[in-house]
Amino acid sequence: MNEVLRYILMVVIALFALTTVAAWLIWLERRMLALWQDRYGPNRAGPFGLFIVAADTIKLFFKEDWIPPFADKKIFVVAPAIVAATVLMSFVIIPFAPGILIADLNVGLLFFLAMSSLGVYSIVLGGWASNNKYSLLGALRGASQMISYEVFMGLSLMGVVMLSGSFRLTDIVLAQEKYWFIVTQPVAFVVFMIAGIAETHRLPFDIPEAESELVAGFHSEYSGMKFGMFFIGEYLGITLISAMIATLFLGGWLGPAFLPPLVWFILKTFVFILLFILLRASLPRPRYDQLMEYGWKILLPVALLNLLVTGGIVLMMDK
Amino acid sequence: MKIHQLTYIAYCLKMDIFFYITAFVTLFSTIMVITRHNPVHALLYLVISLLSLSVIFFLLGAPFVALLEIIIYAGAIMVLFIFVIMLLNLGKETAAQEKAWLKPKIWIGPVILSTILLAELVYLITMAQPPSYTLQTVDSKAVAISLFGPYLIGVELAAMLLMAGVVGTAHIGQQKKTVLHRFLKEEEPS
Repeated sequence: MNEVLRYILMVVIALFALTTVAAWLIWLERRMLALWQDRYGPNRAGPFGLFIVAADTIKLFFKEDWIPPFADKKIFVVAPAIVAATVLMSFVIIPFAPGILIADLNVGLLFFLAMSSLGVYSIVLGGWASNNKYSLLGALRGASQMISYEVFMGLSLMGVVMLSGSFRLTDIVLAQEKYWFIVTQPVAFVVFMIAGIAETHRLPFDIPEAESELVAGFHSEYSGMKFGMFFIGEYLGITLISAMIATLFLGGWLGPAFLPPLVWFILKTFVFILLFILLRASLPRPRYDQLMEYGWKILLPVALLNLLVTGGIVLMMDK
Repeated sequence: MKIHQLTYIAYCLKMDIFFYITAFVTLFSTIMVITRHNPVHALLYLVISLLSLSVIFFLLGAPFVALLEIIIYAGAIMVLFIFVIMLLNLGKETAAQEKAWLKPKIWIGPVILSTILLAELVYLITMAQPPSYTLQTVDSKAVAISLFGPYLIGVELAAMLLMAGVVGTAHIGQQKKTVLHRFLKEEEPS
């Protein structure tokens, strides 16, 4: 019974921590963007403007939660929940530190890929159920973008699996004790990073919600807490991809002993979260066909070549 | 020893309960797929049916196949189905048409035929010896070894089939570049 209680406690703590982190990320992003654009950003509510998050949340709760009469009501309501649920489910397999993880699945990496592939439904259904041409266009773009980039994401991870010989994330972290996989798999790291940005549809790849042409893309019709769900889902997605990069390519919790493992993991994750925000501040948005061409004509061959070379080297080292 | 056996039986019983719940969800969602009038709703039930199938695979000790089921069927193929249906822009007329097609009269034939099959199935299940299943987990390595060992020819055939699909798509997707000018429309030789 004690074991069960421990698991429940861990799940509750993880859920609480993750949603809180995702909420504070909104503040962090606004402050950092402001810094890089030579202005202050939100700095009034509380120390450093930290309480802007509370204000934002309260505002979202009290906004009118309007369901358009022309929308498909059931699907319209379900769609925003899917993104938050699938991303939170993915966190189940991430080893935060030795002993601090929720499920040590032996197919953990595949579980992550499966959940991220289910996340597409949120965009597709949200856009379709809104019954609005801009939403539909955003949903179509989102679906094709996410399906394509999932392919490269999966392919880039297979090199890591080859080197560590396991889908289990704990094994992958422990296999990096000598050197991190970013050293042996630099190409896979870059491909995974790009595919990760496309999966979370963040700038520069936020084509499904390109506000200059599509109003707000797939969530044009959403308001109140349903919009908040999409919003939080996006920040949770950033945290997830950053945590996955830290786990798969930067040795997860491994690091010099002067800091506890959990702190190392959080540090590495935050470096990538900041990188995501910096990318938003610095890169322009490509056109939709440019994005697809870039994926299929550059990333796919590169990922396949990386796989071939890695396989060859692994075979040579074995002999 | 006795306590160990008891916990094992309890474990099996728990697994059985999980199996029956999942099987019920699978069957229910599959029936809903057939009876829905709105194609997108039907497809969503199909996704749920696939997800619960993957849970059944998981319970049977095949986590690799279970997750492949989600990644490939629920995550890729079903998304493409929904994608196409979204593009078709089916409205209330289609739902009405479906409703007209799914009259009670139409059900009679299939129901009789499937009742015969069901009776046969029940008879066969009750006649057969209950299989003494020893639950063992099939990990990804075992799947890979059997795929590239005894079933290599199947993998190669599937690869050829996919190649044919890719070539066909490339052929269909090929189109001549047309240059639209304000006054004249000319075709570029390509």
